Parts: sequence; C-alpha cells; structure tokens
Amino acid sequence: MADELVNLTIDGVPVSVPKGTLVIEAAKQAGVLVPHYCYHPGLPVAGVCRMCLVDIEKAPKLQIACATQVAEGMVVRTQSPQAKSGRMGVLELLLINHPLDCPICDQAGECELQDFTFQEGRPATRYSPDYAKRFNPVEDFGPDVLYVPNRCILCTRCVRFMEDVAKEPVLNVSERGDRAFIGIHSDGRLDHPWAGNVVDLCPVGSLLSKDFLHKARAWELDKAASICTGCSQGCNVTLDTRENVVVRVRPRPNLDVNRYFICDHGRMNYRWMNRGDRIEAPLVRRDGELHATDWDEALDVVASRLGGAGGKTVALVSPKASTEALFFARELFRGHEWSGAFQVVMGEEAPLAGVPNLALRAERAPNGRGAELLGYGRDYASALAAAETAAVVLVLDEPDIAVRTAGKLVYVGTVLPERARDAEVVLPIANVAEEEGTFVNRDGRVQRYFQAKPAPGMARPAWWVFAELVATLQGGGHVATAADAFDRLAVSVDAFRGLSYGQLGFAGAPAPAAAVPA
Amino acid sequence: MGYPHKPHPKETVVLSKHFGEADARTYKGWVKRGGYEMLAQALTLEPARVIDVVKESGLRGRGGAGFPTGLKWSFMPKEKKKPHYLCVNADESEPGTFKDREIMRWTPHALLEGAAIAAHAIQAEVAYIYIRGEFTEPWAVMEKALAEATAAGVFGAIKLYLHRGAGAYICGEETALMNSIEGKRGNPRIKPPFPAAAGVFGMPTTINNVETLAAVPLILKKGAAWYKGLSLSSPKSTGTKLFSVCGHVQKPGNYEVTMGFPLKDLLFDLCGGVPPGRTLKACIPGGSSVPILNREETEGCLLDYEGVVEKGSMLGSGGVIVFDDSTDMVYQIMRLARFYAHESCAQCTQCREGTAWTTKILERILSGQGKTADLDLLLDLADNMTGKTICVLSDSCAAPVVSGIKKFKQEFEDYIAGRRKPVMVA
Repeated sequence: MADELVNLTIDGVPVSVPKGTLVIEAAKQAGVLVPHYCYHPGLPVAGVCRMCLVDIEKAPKLQIACATQVAEGMVVRTQSPQAKSGRMGVLELLLINHPLDCPICDQAGECELQDFTFQEGRPATRYSPDYAKRFNPVEDFGPDVLYVPNRCILCTRCVRFMEDVAKEPVLNVSERGDRAFIGIHSDGRLDHPWAGNVVDLCPVGSLLSKDFLHKARAWELDKAASICTGCSQGCNVTLDTRENVVVRVRPRPNLDVNRYFICDHGRMNYRWMNRGDRIEAPLVRRDGELHATDWDEALDVVASRLGGAGGKTVALVSPKASTEALFFARELFRGHEWSGAFQVVMGEEAPLAGVPNLALRAERAPNGRGAELLGYGRDYASALAAAETAAVVLVLDEPDIAVRTAGKLVYVGTVLPERARDAEVVLPIANVAEEEGTFVNRDGRVQRYFQAKPAPGMARPAWWVFAELVATLQGGGHVATAADAFDRLAVSVDAFRGLSYGQLGFAGAPAPAAAVPA
Repeated sequence: MGYPHKPHPKETVVLSKHFGEADARTYKGWVKRGGYEMLAQALTLEPARVIDVVKESGLRGRGGAGFPTGLKWSFMPKEKKKPHYLCVNADESEPGTFKDREIMRWTPHALLEGAAIAAHAIQAEVAYIYIRGEFTEPWAVMEKALAEATAAGVFGAIKLYLHRGAGAYICGEETALMNSIEGKRGNPRIKPPFPAAAGVFGMPTTINNVETLAAVPLILKKGAAWYKGLSLSSPKSTGTKLFSVCGHVQKPGNYEVTMGFPLKDLLFDLCGGVPPGRTLKACIPGGSSVPILNREETEGCLLDYEGVVEKGSMLGSGGVIVFDDSTDMVYQIMRLARFYAHESCAQCTQCREGTAWTTKILERILSGQGKTADLDLLLDLADNMTGKTICVLSDSCAAPVVSGIKKFKQEFEDYIAGRRKPVMVA
C-alpha cells in the first residue's frame, strides 16, 4: 500500500510520490521549497502558521501544503498571485509584533523569517509605528535555553517537540490572541537531556542557546558534516567553526540514526576539540628527554623499534579513534604476539522517548563497535596488566595508562598526558574535527566524518601515521587519503567487505557483518 | 416564548412552549407534559430509522452552520468498530445569542431527551454536554435535571455527562470543544479528519447544538411532515427557530417563529420596534459573526437559511442585534473586532495578529487619528483573514468590518476627516 504512487504536478513539474505524502514534501521532490514555519518533518503537523498556503486546482480556497495530502492528478501552484498574496499577508502579520532586532539577534543569517520575508514579503510594513508591539521580557527556560518572546512567531515547534518527541510537556502556549507566548510549566525547567533541540527547531531567534549566545554571526561560520563523539549512538552532526574554532554542534538529519535531533551531552561535547595544549611536533627520547623532531626521524625510530621487537606487543587504544587508524594500528603488529583493548567511559543513558532506538547511550564511545570488529577487546584491565610485561606498548590517544611503560612506550595522541611522558616516541595526531575518517556505531552502521578545521602544527591523522609505518615495515605502498585507507580496510576485514568510502556518503551504511548489535 | 412575556400571536411556540413553567424543569413535570415518551420509543427503533425521520424533517443545525442534522448523523460509521460519542454544544457564547441558555433554563429535559435520542441514533454510549462556564443558572438546572432523569433510568445504557467550559468563546468551535473535553487547550483542529471519523478522544463523534437536539423529540412525536409544514418559505429551511433579539428594540428577548418569518415583523411586531422617535439603521441577523444588514436589507429579509444569504448575510445562530439611527457603527464594529481579538485562540497567524491589528486600526480611527489609507488596509487585512485559517473566528472578525465599511463608509470617513468628534476608547 505504501508503494502506491500518486502523480501530480507542482509548479508544472510532474512528480510521483507515495500515497499519503504531504504536498509540502512532494514539492521538495519537484525542487520547490514551500515557505513554512510550523511544519517540521520530525514533528506532528500543526497547520497553524498558515505560511505554506498554495493554490490547488479545483480547491475552493488556498490550502496549506503541510496538512494536505497529495491526490492523483492534483495541480499545485505555489506561485499563483493568490498563493503569493496569501503568504505575503502571513509574513506581514508575523512581522507586526516582531522587534526587527536582527542586528543583535543570533538567528540573523539563518533565520527563516528573514529568508522568506526577503524572498516574498512586503518591502515595507503597513503597521503604523503608533501601535505598540507586543513586549515580554526574556525568560530563562533551562540550562542552555533562553526564550526571547518578542521574536516568537508561535509556530509551536518547541511545544510539540517537548510534548510529542521528548514526552516531557513542560512548554505550552499561554494566553490567547496577540498576547500569546510560549509558557513554561510553573514548576518545570527545560532541562530534559534533549531539550537543546528546541533551539535548532525554532525558525527564528526566539529560543537561543546560552552556549552559543553572541559567539558568531551565522555567515561567519563554516560547516562540516561530522559524527558526534559523545556516545555510541553515532548521531550525525554538523560542526560549525568560526576561524577554525569549533563553536557549535548541531544535528544533521539522518532518518536511520538520529532523525533530526541530538542530545545536549553531544551538543556540548566539542570544547576539547579546541584544546590549546596540543602536541604539535613528533617527539623522540634522546638523552632521557623528549625532543621535537620531524616525521621522518620519528617514524624511523618507531619502525626500527617495532621491526626489531620480539615478544609481546600491547595496544591500548581510544574508542574515539577512527576505524582506519584502528585498522592500520592492528596491521602494524601483524606477525607479532599481540593484544589490543579499549576502555569505555560509562555514563547515564538518556533516551529520546518519542523516537525508537535513539538515546544518549551509556557507552560514551563513538567507535567501540569499530574497535571490536577489528579485534580489539573490552578487557582493558587485562591489557594493562599485559602491558607490564610487553616488549612494545602502543597507546593511541588513551590517557589511562596506569602501568610502568618506560623504555617501550610509543604514544600516539593529540595531547600528552602525564603518564605518557616516559614514552620513547610521541607522535602528534589530529582530533576528530581535524581529519576525515569513519566510526562504526552501536548498531554496526559505518559513518563518515569530515574535516572541520586544520590540525595544529605537524599533527597528522592517526591513520596516516600508522599507514606510513605499515608501508615502511611491510611494504604495500603509501596511503594518501582517508578514502584509500578505508578501501584498504574494506578489502582486508570481512566485517567491512563490500563497502566503499564513496558509497558511505553523508548517510553511512550498515557494515555487512555487523548488523546485529553487540 | 412564554417567558418573560406571553407569546405573541405571530410566534409559533414549539420549543419554547413550556418556558416560564417552573414545573417543566422537574422530571415529573416533564413526564406530565409528554416528556421522555419519544426517547423510550426511539430506543426500541433501529438507529437508522431515527436518522431517516430526522433527515425527512429537514432539521438543520441551529448552532450557526445550518448543516442538515440527519445527514450529519448518517456520517457516523454504520458498523461500529470503536466507541462513538455525542457532544452537545451548549457553549453558547456568540455575542447576541441567548437561546440555548433559555432552553437549558426552562426545558432541560427537552435537551436531555433529544441528546439521548441522538446518541441512540449514532450508536453512542456517551454524550458530553459542554456548557458555557458563565452559565451558572442553566448549569444548576441541567445538573438537577440530569440527576433526576438518570435516577429514573430513562437513558438506558446511554451515559450523559455535563462538562463545564472555562470561559473561552473558541470552545464553541466544535473541534476546540472536543480538545477542551479532553482536557487540552481549546484550540480548533485541522479538518480533515472530521469528527465523524475522529472526534473526541479520536473516536467517531457527532456534535450538535442545544436547540437542534431539543427539537428532535418533537419531530419524532409529531412527525417529519408536521415539522416541514411549519416552514413559511423555502423547503430547505424547516421547522421553527428561536431568535434572540437584542439592541435597540422595545421588547428584547427570545422569540420563536417559523422559518421564513419576515425579519421586519420580528423586529417591529414582536419586539415592538425601535425606541420611539428613532429609526432602524442596521441589523446583525445571525450572531456577531455574520455580515451586517442595512435598513433596506433588514426590512426585506426573510428569516431562513436561504433568505438571509440572499440579503448578503447568514442566519447563523439566530442572534439578532438591532441598531437604530443613534448608533455609532464604527464604534460597534470596533467592539466586535475587539471581542474577536480577545478570543482568538492564537494558533493561526492571520487570526492572532489580524484581529488585534484590525482592532488597533479601528480604535485609532475612532480617536480621530485615522488615515485615509486605513479603510483599504482594513479591507485588505480582512481579505487575508478570510478563508485562510483553521476555523472561522478570523472570518467572523472580518465579516462585520467588510460589511460595515461597505455599508457605512461615510461614518468611517467622517472620523478620518475630522468631521466627527473623536471617541475615547479604553
């Protein structure tokens, strides 16, 4: 039934969409964005802003595209004079009580009220300056959310999110008529672990993130698709950077993983990406001290140590490392007696009640599943014990190395923890915001993240570092890109066989052998 | 109508026959007057048979829209798969309308009997009677009547509940009323789905006005042909209708006349005309939400669904508001707009912002600060507020503004041009 297709035309473009599709969604397929405010694909339809008025042939009056289902032979016109005039009317009415304080509003530049007014609004208002505008003071809704009622257009997206998605209905519409505003329960706070989504959902600058407040203008931001490192859910996110500093994390829609949302833990989990105390050059131990050097020397030192090593080798790795880095780090010890492990920081689980299989997971490890698929174990304590007697201990960005490692430690990391200061070699690597790579989420979905900013100094992606060492010790050629690194992994490891970096795209794909959660 | 004045010879007292009789409020008194006979009979009939009789009678909804009642009932699923509900709209809040109040005050059992018959016809086991919160006396009367009738066991398996509104005009809109019954904010819902598919609690629901249901026992008793025969004019409007007349007439009140009765006779014969020395200026024939009629239109208007439409307005709820020549139409229209601005549920942009802006413009015109462009602006705003929102509250605000400007433009222009003394509006 769901496959039954309905044919219609939208602004002259013929489209075929499944029965039951809303006109506003069908229009997207025709390349037409019908202006709208209250509609959001992740929320129940409200039909209240009346912005998406369109002309439908044979209908007695304008219809809202967000609440009208397609019908066979339907002819939709979004640009008829009646439709345009209807929407222009809505825009004018939305603006009469709006403060027009765009110059000091965080939303400016990514504001749908600005965008649609610019696109099809009146050049000037007819609302006399003699008439007062609605005024209500700014309210503190929760740990990260401010409500600026004067800018509110009462689209109710925030109310519906809290009621129908978060299932914690602390927001409502209070009062009636043009006195209406978004109210918060008198005993409530907007402190749900997923509450921050209301800021993204707000089409105007009415709900603001305190964390992002006045940090940047929208047009100063560069955006990179990434994967949240906050837990094993693997939510798709966008990293917003200003002058190569990560200033904001926002959800990136992926219907198979996180729909349109991220949790507040993930949203706030970015400051470490901007740490200033980074290792900026390879370091090698000479005369009991670590000395900065170049990559050639550092890699030679590591290669000679590994090449000549007999006995046990132990790898202690971070589950925040890319799948590619974990793969080449494993390859490095091919032929050695090897054990590798990762440890997972645990926290509280926080599900988003209205979306199945979406939660802030207790396991705060974005790539634990990837590490497992590559043979790394979860018994970190045993691996630590084994490290005591190992000939070589390789640590990949894991600060917890509470064993004596003098004389055998190769530390590959972003920063240099106290425990790593007795390393023989320290190799500086990029963090997740500074490189490309993949993570495998808890459901076995392989997802790419993209580079948002440059790495500091001489730091390189970890997969490059290990691939270089593998090339030196085992041959097989250099690996120049993350794509090459992934493709090498995909031909070598059964769990990834058949996947290609290109096909993963922005949405990722399930690993063939990993579809069943661990 | 029997209260507070004796029925006028030109009235046809059917619904209002027992108004003023305290005894009719009691269960015993109502039974003595033949009450609950038809319910007992209806409960033995197939629901479809009851619907057929009501369809045949031509009874149309008395709440304002005038939708054929039998047809509405027939929209309910024939094969019952989910619980069915009846909602009785007793949230009578339309300015100028006070007929349901009198039905509940004087003949509560007529409503209860009609509601139970309707519930049977639509296979509902539960009926909610949603009574306007401000109706304290009707509430008390209804509560007592329901308790008595329930104790007498006349309703069979049907359960009737009274639900008290909390003072919002919009809760008289059928889907807002259902939200309100569910304990939610009284916001109108998008249609479709229509109530017969998904109404209160998402179940098939029929909603009827008090006056509509009060007529049902009589239709069953005296027959569809009798009811149809009461009409003076159009075969599409049948039976009698209560008209609430207020404003500049000597004897305001409720009057029951047959469909097709001349509006002029209602105002001048039954209500005694405008006060001495005054002349008729305008009239709102169907509650504040319908376009205003001028004198000529009023005098030529026949009171049935088609007759009023012919004159450019609507029969609506039957709330007749009369204005004589002393009336400041601009002020009256501002008061209406202000009412709608106050009562807008705030969902739809055009209504939330448009009703308030309209009020501001009208207030400024009255204060002598109006601009010539204001009239075009009001009309353009009214256009944006018409036919573009979930419910018709916004349209209702626009209707008197548009008809007012069209028919009494001079008065607006006098304020704007400074020919008329400004009015202080608080």
